[in-house]
Amino acid sequence: MSTSTDQRTITINPVTRIEGHAKITIHLDDAGNVADTRFHVVEFRGFEKFCEGRFFAEMPQITARICGICPVSHLLASAKACDAVLGVEIPRTAKRLRELMHMGQLTQSHALSFFHLSAPDLLLGYDSDPALRNVIGLVQKHPDIARNGIRLRKFGQEVIKLTAGRKIHADFPVPGGVNKAFTVAERDELLKGLPEAIEHAKFALNLLHIYQDEHREAVETFASFESNYMGLVQPDGALEHYDGRLRFCDLNGNMIEDQVDPAQYLDVIAEATEPWSYLKFPFIKSQGYPDGLYRVGPLARLNVADKIPTPLANTVFEQWRATAKNIRRSSFYYHWARLIEIVYALERTEELLNDPDICGTDIMVSGKPAHPQGVGVIEAPRGTLFHHYWVDENGRVEKVNLIVATGHNNLAMNRAVQAVAEKYVKANRLQEGMLNRVEAAIRCYDPCLSCSTHAIGQMPMIVELVDVQGKVLERVCRD
Amino acid sequence: MNEKPKIKVATAWLGGCSGCHMSVLDLDERLIDLAQLVEFTASPITDVKEIPEVDVGIVEGAVCNEENAHVLRTMRRRCKVLIALGDCAITGNIPALRNQFNLKEVVARGFVETESTQVGEIPNATVVPRLLKRVRPIQELVKVDLHIPGCPPDADTIWYVLTELLAGRLPQWSETNLRYD
Repeated sequence: MSTSTDQRTITINPVTRIEGHAKITIHLDDAGNVADTRFHVVEFRGFEKFCEGRFFAEMPQITARICGICPVSHLLASAKACDAVLGVEIPRTAKRLRELMHMGQLTQSHALSFFHLSAPDLLLGYDSDPALRNVIGLVQKHPDIARNGIRLRKFGQEVIKLTAGRKIHADFPVPGGVNKAFTVAERDELLKGLPEAIEHAKFALNLLHIYQDEHREAVETFASFESNYMGLVQPDGALEHYDGRLRFCDLNGNMIEDQVDPAQYLDVIAEATEPWSYLKFPFIKSQGYPDGLYRVGPLARLNVADKIPTPLANTVFEQWRATAKNIRRSSFYYHWARLIEIVYALERTEELLNDPDICGTDIMVSGKPAHPQGVGVIEAPRGTLFHHYWVDENGRVEKVNLIVATGHNNLAMNRAVQAVAEKYVKANRLQEGMLNRVEAAIRCYDPCLSCSTHAIGQMPMIVELVDVQGKVLERVCRD
Repeated sequence: MNEKPKIKVATAWLGGCSGCHMSVLDLDERLIDLAQLVEFTASPITDVKEIPEVDVGIVEGAVCNEENAHVLRTMRRRCKVLIALGDCAITGNIPALRNQFNLKEVVARGFVETESTQVGEIPNATVVPRLLKRVRPIQELVKVDLHIPGCPPDADTIWYVLTELLAGRLPQWSETNLRYD
């Protein structure tokens, strides 16, 4: 906290149309310009403590409840950590079924972020009536677009349901593999739905390309800043979500670290805390806190990857790289990266459905806890997710460490808010359009605060300019 | 045009995973039909930040902190029918697993002891709401009119409850309503 006697604070509470519970404060200096901004995450549930004492095989089911938006991410990272405790390599079919489930998740989660949460800003306008600026308003104004988005998300959810048994919190990934074989009928049903889903994804990309062409300057500069990037890649540097190794790039795309074994994450990243947020602040160890800021998620994955291993997505990826010397800095490009990844997820879904082993029945290996600890890492829709368990010889969990996707972006979201606030708060005055644009910057990161801290809620949004004695200088309410 | 006034609905996420809200979104195209019959006011998916007077209030999640309790009480005051959606609201479920530990131990593990934490202190600024010693189900704080169990309840069950209420009937549970796998 600054001790400046004439410092003033603006508060936005809560940030809405994001997946979680947060407030924003903007601190002003003597001249009334932005001195500092803070994105506060205000919930905490404590999984790292209360999982202690559980049997390790329960962990996928317990930790799935960290997040109902991307439960598949936690199921898979947890099951992978359990595989490592067992010291087993899961059967080929099991691995493909887990990845298939993951691709369903990537599709549904990204579709939710784009159509249900962010499209109201882009298609109805940042300054449109707040009462209608939501997915229901989109249904009324652009029913066809809303329907496409709803159907695209639905397809992703159907992939999860047919692979894993249910859409949310399926009990399908287990230590050593999966517990349900995939039938030919299920495979054929998904194959039948795939062409329509790909059309919806192309439709979304087209919609966004039109928007980006019409708002080139605003898009390029929206909450744009320099940072490092982290993501999993394949051995040849291609985009990867289920397995792979860690790659870190700097602000210009130069490699800082490559092909780091994810199990060694404690060597490269660490976390700091701040008194004003329940979400911790990871940073790259060698650069210290807070200089070691890095971004994860769709934008970061495309910034670190050399290529996308499916044809259509890679064609769009070539455009991504064409004019940007590989690195895209504007937070707005998270939306673009997300849509490119939906295309990838659907193409990869098709590859997996056509895999000759996908309906095989060799889906699980059994074992006993063979190692005192296990790390499971995947690329969740919002970024890299780490589950790390320590167990005793009977498989009883002794300690748990979790670093979730949105956590990695914590410093970056603060920086994004600052970038927008600097543009829209000048000399003590709140500029028109500031409220929703600050929120929109956060929405680019699609933060899943459910994941990161572990809960959610809402409060009225009030922005206040307050002096240090607590006197309200200016107040804007929105309800 | 004299349209029938829409039923007003507000929804809130307390301490939970948001999976129950995702199940509401799993109504898929039925959301479009629902939008003809009800008006979504305050909800995590809209920009309405203050809960207005509504007909139906839907609450997901357990009460983990002071702000959750405040939102819950506000919802109760302003809605006619309060629905507890999902197991966290009804029993405390997974968030209540922390009740077997002392709160101090839970936050110390989260913010100081974890292996990746290098510069650790427990967040204590007034901007972050105080955590309650015990996580509580919502009916320990307010009267609940209807419970929809499940982790999460599936979209068909939510649709059944909403359409029954819209028809002026109280939903009658059968075993098949409550099987989700």
